[in-house]
Amino acid sequence: MSKSSIRDTFFEECEDLLEALMEGLTELEDNPGDDEIVNAVFRAVHSIKGGAGAFGLDDLVSFAHTFETVLDMVRDKTLFIDPDLMRIFNRSGDKLTDLVEAARDGTEIDTVSRDAVMNELEQYLSDQPEEEIAFAAAPLDFAPAPLDADEPDLPPFEPESAASDAGPNVFRIVFVPTAELYTHGHEPLLIIDHLAKLGQVEVALDISDVPAFSQIDNLDYPGWTIRLTTENPMPAVEAVFEFVEGLCQISIVDEADMPGLPPIQPPAPPPVIERPKASPLQSATPQKDKEREQKGPKATLRVDLERVDRLINNVGELIINQAMISQCIEELNLPPTSQIFNEIEDYKLLARDIQEGVMAIRAQPVKPLFQRMARIVREASEATGKQARFLTVGENTEIDKTVIERLADPLTHMIRNAVDHGLESADKRLAAGKDEMGTIRLTAAHRSGNVILEIADDGAGINRAAVQRKAVEKGLISADAELTESEIDNLLFAPGFSTATEVSNLSGRGVGMDVVKTAVAKLGGRISVGSVQGEGTTFSIILPLTLAVMDGFVVSIADQTMVVPISSILETVSAASGDIQIMGQAERLLRLRGRYIPIVNVAHSLALQVPEPVENPIYLIVESEPQGLCALEIGEIHDQRQIVVKSLDSDFGTIAGISAATILGDGKIALILDTDEISRGAAPQSLDTLSLIQNADFQDV
Amino acid sequence: MSDTAELTVDETQEFVTFSAGNQVFCIKITQIREIRRWAPVTALPHTPPDVLGVMNLRGSVIPIIDLSARFGLGRTEPQERNVVIIVIDGDRSVGMLVQSVSEILSVTAEQIQDTSDVRATSSAYYITGIISHEKQMIRVIDLAAVLHGRS
Repeated sequence: MSKSSIRDTFFEECEDLLEALMEGLTELEDNPGDDEIVNAVFRAVHSIKGGAGAFGLDDLVSFAHTFETVLDMVRDKTLFIDPDLMRIFNRSGDKLTDLVEAARDGTEIDTVSRDAVMNELEQYLSDQPEEEIAFAAAPLDFAPAPLDADEPDLPPFEPESAASDAGPNVFRIVFVPTAELYTHGHEPLLIIDHLAKLGQVEVALDISDVPAFSQIDNLDYPGWTIRLTTENPMPAVEAVFEFVEGLCQISIVDEADMPGLPPIQPPAPPPVIERPKASPLQSATPQKDKEREQKGPKATLRVDLERVDRLINNVGELIINQAMISQCIEELNLPPTSQIFNEIEDYKLLARDIQEGVMAIRAQPVKPLFQRMARIVREASEATGKQARFLTVGENTEIDKTVIERLADPLTHMIRNAVDHGLESADKRLAAGKDEMGTIRLTAAHRSGNVILEIADDGAGINRAAVQRKAVEKGLISADAELTESEIDNLLFAPGFSTATEVSNLSGRGVGMDVVKTAVAKLGGRISVGSVQGEGTTFSIILPLTLAVMDGFVVSIADQTMVVPISSILETVSAASGDIQIMGQAERLLRLRGRYIPIVNVAHSLALQVPEPVENPIYLIVESEPQGLCALEIGEIHDQRQIVVKSLDSDFGTIAGISAATILGDGKIALILDTDEISRGAAPQSLDTLSLIQNADFQDV
Repeated sequence: MSDTAELTVDETQEFVTFSAGNQVFCIKITQIREIRRWAPVTALPHTPPDVLGVMNLRGSVIPIIDLSARFGLGRTEPQERNVVIIVIDGDRSVGMLVQSVSEILSVTAEQIQDTSDVRATSSAYYITGIISHEKQMIRVIDLAAVLHGRS
């Protein structure tokens, strides 16, 4: 393994650790007193620090160290979590994420904001003497071991407890392993652990014989003195050491026989490490551990994405091959009773199963994405001074990895908008009788083969009068246009639209919801908005589960067979001649239920040679930005089927009007139309239909 | 394709010769994945005339170029003997339509006349060398230059 691949692994692990960290911080907000969560957060930060140290990432190490130290104070109960500290923890988590990313990509770090967070953290340290902090980091290596009673650092016995009653036996065990014990693969910890199962143990490590570090050549120096209080008789205790007999010096003495033994004591002066004691509810602890185990990560496998994609590609071929075979068999005109039809049906189902299984490998929970959004909410609410609570629902919903990656930007934008424009200021909220703190809710769910994401705020809702006024101002609609509520809401997606009268540096950066809409459309999805006055606004994004397979119409355009994604088609129309009107020189409009929709001849816009004009063309009604509705003229629709998307070679750059290709049942390649791009060849159309087509922006590409 | 012409003196290498635009060319056999009979391809809109389109090679969509057109020697006329040479270009494949494939040549480095001195200024920048074989002049192609342009 080369160093760079170890480094890659480190950063992959960092992603998991950061996820655990942010998850822990979120949980901590609800359960500020939970030691286990604090420990989990601490471990995550510490592991990142440890890894970063190995790669000499000093910035990361120093920040993680400070963060970890403050966390340790929380573990030690010298510091208690309040909203202020929680806020700083969250910001530290964000900063740590930034630093990890900067280290991974080798980019510059924003030292100003890092130092700001660092200073805030350090303020908590100022009352804390340095040495203690240095020691405080020590116990973490023990922390993951689920041992409760055998910590090597228990305080000396109380004399009272030593004077045992008649009840349980108390054994004094001196256990000094030899080097052989270790070379045989035994582990003293496991033995002590075993003893702990018999009863209560108190352990002291004798390190007086341990030589200086430079002289250590064997491991047979340290020994333990263990005081075991148990119901079990001597033989049961001896049995624990059965397997290490001859590999260690062992003496087991019943304290009842040897009164006056000195209490066992840790060697002087070890670092006194205060650990939060196992809670008095001993029985609760193991149960909690069990819960944690179940909740903990399932066994997973890291696989090179390329391998998965290769597999997906192969499965795509399998599907195509299956379609080809079906087609061949159909052409054989076999009697319908033939056994082969059953078999081919099984083959089809099997191929579909395999495909779904493989696609599931690429699917990932949206959780990391949602966690990033939590940060956006925090930042946005700090920047705007509006307090916002962030709720997520369905964060285990799985979506294709690529879709998740490409959702990050549009979601960020929408979340910012929700805080900046969606929520009212605190006094307005109070005046409206609402909680001062606003709520942003991000929901993900699967619904009938699609993924639905919702971004909801509990703000004032869309101010439709303002939106309409603005749209008139911007010349998007005419002043006397009568629009339905949903038409007004949809104006938000019109290009160049921004309702905030003052352009805030947060969400009014020239890109609007139209960019979000385009990004969603690129993923084969749709976006819509709903709003209730005084109660809030909800944006819904509907996405396909995967980008690799889509439903499409197989159509003929000129003499070519092509595919149009069904998700982009609103309806299909076969028009009578009277429905087509000519405007200007050659612009044609299709009349559809009283509206006139510009027609784009797809064959022309793709510069395909048309052998002869199509007799009864079909019109596919599509909607795109900024043209609005548009009718794509094609020859004929042959079929509707699921197709496997194959990206076109980038050698030719992007081809206008074509998004990708697929392979049909006969082995031929069909191009997939990019309806957005093609309808861009149409004249722009405003929302109130008739007064449209401002100027001849029309060009037949 | 950086290893195109760097041969040590004794080493022999095999080249596949073919004709395109009525000239004879060759490329190293190791750069060829397979040779297929010509079949109509799916045309791509808005592409230069030397890009014929795409074809399905066992589930992969690969581009097909007309080599003669790319060399500025005019389009390849459809013929029985036309074939597509599928070449390896990094981690993908590209098909090149040629008139016909002739034979496999074994040559040593000495037999290749280097043309790099004229190459920089010549319009035939994609030719790295010339092999003289049975009174024929066989042009050795720099595949990377053909596929990705002058570098």
